[in-house]
Amino acid sequence: MNVLHQHNTQLPNPSFNVEEKKVWELLDQVYDPEVPVLSIVDLGIVRKVEIEGLVVTITITPTYSGCPAMDVISMNIRLHLLQNGITDIKIVQALSPAWTTDWMTEKGKQKLKAYGIAPPVGKSFDQQWMEDVQVECPNCRSNNTRLLSEFGSTSCKALFQCNDCKEPFDYFKCH
Amino acid sequence: MIEISNSELQDVPVQKLPVEALINYTLNLADTSLILGHRNSEWTGHGPVLEQDIAISNIALDLIGQARNFYQYTAEVINKNQVAFDLPYVTGRAITEDDLAYLRDVLEFKNLLLVEQPNGDWGQTILRQFFFSAYQYLLYEQLQKSKDSQLAAIAEKSIKETTYHLRWSSEWVIRLGDGTEESHQRMLNALQEFWMFTGELFKPSAYEQVAAAMQIGVDVTTLKGAWMEKVTAVLEEAKLPLPTTPALQSGGKTGTHSEHLGFILAEMQFLQRAYPNSNW
Ligand SMILES: [Zn+2]
Repeated sequence: MNVLHQHNTQLPNPSFNVEEKKVWELLDQVYDPEVPVLSIVDLGIVRKVEIEGLVVTITITPTYSGCPAMDVISMNIRLHLLQNGITDIKIVQALSPAWTTDWMTEKGKQKLKAYGIAPPVGKSFDQQWMEDVQVECPNCRSNNTRLLSEFGSTSCKALFQCNDCKEPFDYFKCH
Repeated sequence: MIEISNSELQDVPVQKLPVEALINYTLNLADTSLILGHRNSEWTGHGPVLEQDIAISNIALDLIGQARNFYQYTAEVINKNQVAFDLPYVTGRAITEDDLAYLRDVLEFKNLLLVEQPNGDWGQTILRQFFFSAYQYLLYEQLQKSKDSQLAAIAEKSIKETTYHLRWSSEWVIRLGDGTEESHQRMLNALQEFWMFTGELFKPSAYEQVAAAMQIGVDVTTLKGAWMEKVTAVLEEAKLPLPTTPALQSGGKTGTHSEHLGFILAEMQFLQRAYPNSNW
């Protein structure tokens, strides 16, 4: 692992001072294993970063209760911070307030679109999202699309099809 | 494992009651979600069409995830309060969520009878999910206000998922009820099979009564009106009759189960029973 090599000068240094901003930057380099184009910061999974002395506490929240990626995400956070010289890491899982797609960053939505997944439309507190949302086809940009299934390849996605270019596509559902 | 029944209430020291009621209450929520999640997962790879195979598997995943949150919390309460909780193969270590799912026997499971019934055909599975989601939605709505902040947090998290399950299963009940002659007939059959288990949802066990009195749990008797309203509306749209037969089957909440639960546990728990404490 060349990352370890690059940074190993920092590893044993107990006076290394971690800055919160730096931790957020590092977390933005940890990707969601199920939607690998999004960082966990883009997704809004990281809720809080607290630094007390040398201990860095990171609060994360699951997207869905059964999200199988949470354990992998915790491990990846740990590994990535370790590789960057942060050794005292505490990861806390919080369920409340419940995760919502409203926390997804604008940058994240653009990345999703470029990747071929339609980003969430509207705000989760607006109950309209349950009704007929108009989702833009990520392939041809047509708004003439239809819902095939409310449940897709992962918990966070629904399956749509474009009536114009006929391509089926994933929609990251508003939640 | 400590059970609280009405007759025993007086004998238990007062300060122990809240913790025991909390443990039993949380296990009831966990077991119900786990068993229905397990039942739904039996459809994985066998769904009528790919999209619906994925849908029912997703619902299974949500339910098992919710069960995990409840089991984790139960384990935390047991460990923190050093409650004597007898489980095979667990000595000299803290209890985990897995122990609670894999090492308790039929009599200790507190799930609703409704969720352990065999899947039957797609219509039966759909109707059971609809009955359950309509109930779970109302339950979580109230549980969000629990004085126990972790139960409230799990409810807040889970209700968003349940909203999807309810919407999806309602639409399917309508589609099948108001579909072909055969699908209509199968839904009538499903009503016949499952209606009898719906009374238990609103019949509180002793630990639910204690939990409700402590305002950590929900008084399930108060949910019945809104549930009937929802069920009546959906069945009407599905052109299905609202059953008038009494729904008297109960006992799951206190460990009196149908013969089906044993088979589920035998399959689900086999590995941990055969190879205790094994890890991935
Ligand atoms: Zn298109």
